[in-house]
Amino acid sequence: MTIFAGEGLVCIRGERTVFAGLDFALGPGGALVLVGPNGSGKSSLLRLMAGLLRPAAGALTWGGAAVAEDPEGHNGRLHYVGHLDAVKPVLSVTENLLFWARLRGQGAAAPDRVAAALATLGIGHLADLPGRFLSAGQKRRVNLARILAAPADLWLLDEPTTALDRASIAVLEGAIAAHRAGGGRVVVSTHADIALDGAAALDLADFTLRPEQVFAGIAGTGAEAEP
Amino acid sequence: MRGFLAIVRRDLSLAVRQGMDSVMVVMFFVLACVLFPFGVGPEPNVLARIAAGVIWVAALLAAMLSLERLFQTDYEDGSLELLTLSPLALEVVVLAKIVAHWLTTGLPLIVASPLLAVLMNLDAAGYPYMVLALALGTPSLSLIGGVGAALILGSRRGGVLLSLLVLPLYIPVLIFGVSAVDAAIGGFEAKAQFLVLGGILLAALPLCPWAGAAALRQATE
Repeated sequence: MTIFAGEGLVCIRGERTVFAGLDFALGPGGALVLVGPNGSGKSSLLRLMAGLLRPAAGALTWGGAAVAEDPEGHNGRLHYVGHLDAVKPVLSVTENLLFWARLRGQGAAAPDRVAAALATLGIGHLADLPGRFLSAGQKRRVNLARILAAPADLWLLDEPTTALDRASIAVLEGAIAAHRAGGGRVVVSTHADIALDGAAALDLADFTLRPEQVFAGIAGTGAEAEP
Repeated sequence: MRGFLAIVRRDLSLAVRQGMDSVMVVMFFVLACVLFPFGVGPEPNVLARIAAGVIWVAALLAAMLSLERLFQTDYEDGSLELLTLSPLALEVVVLAKIVAHWLTTGLPLIVASPLLAVLMNLDAAGYPYMVLALALGTPSLSLIGGVGAALILGSRRGGVLLSLLVLPLYIPVLIFGVSAVDAAIGGFEAKAQFLVLGGILLAALPLCPWAGAAALRQATE
């Protein structure tokens, strides 16, 4: 059983320690929900898992092998959904998705997979519409259709419910459940309610350094601040 | 290889749909050259003497015109992050985008150059050498420019910074490009200049995608 795990992760952004000493482990079919107040490092942790950021300390492993050793291999098994939807305004919805599917090695099967993904998210009728005519919610659904169109083991979803209506959130929940049933794993950061059965919650606030800890470290007393 | 072609195809269709980029580059190239006869006067001998240099300098500036947008639009709409996360090596992604840039700017410049050679009264013996020198030189311009375009991501007033970064690096291409044409017109062997231009291209081909990819990783962090 391959396990995606992080050990002793430390993230420093702009000379500020966002979180420190963070561990997680995620097996096949597992789900991890990241919660925490704004600025607690949910997005940073997702970017770290994707390999867009490098941890200041600690390591990510996949089945025991360090992720940093084989970044392209890691890219091949993950899908990342960030704050931006990466929909080109002059390309049609289908062309947008076909490009991303082909980039991930989907050859002749790509058109069928894209059409199926669009149908799943209920935007099959938008297939030939240029990206510039899409609303924010529709763009987000196109972005989510992208991750359905090419299979990948690990889904990293940063606030995927932004701009989605209630019905689309239910579709997303269904897609995540199907993904997990097939042995896929998912990490979601969210403020909204999103129902994932048996998901582990990770509260980033638990790993934030509090000022007294920082001062203790600077003073060199080595005294542990009480939480 | 399939992923490489997918990126080239996407960038080409984006350039065709947005339309203006290639046309603007060629228009700028032509206009910049046309200004010279007005500036230095219409004496055929003077124009013929400076023709190769003027055409090359105009080509350098025109090639720079669309460089700023090479990664900028992908950076702004989030596509660049996803390209960084593709199973392809980032160096291959950068090379694919540079190839698409050359096809949409370098190639039209080469096609337009004989027309400008006529306008500038370049000696007819120099035409094939002019085209050949541009064919060897403009890919190097796109490659070197690609590194600059990756470096300026996220900075304000990137266009000015880009020209400061890239233009000095264009000088060797300019020197040997012009000298190849001048040598051919003067009746000398131009083989050495072409070999140097080819050498610059061969050095830039592996080095620039590598440096560009490193700059992109920095930008997406």
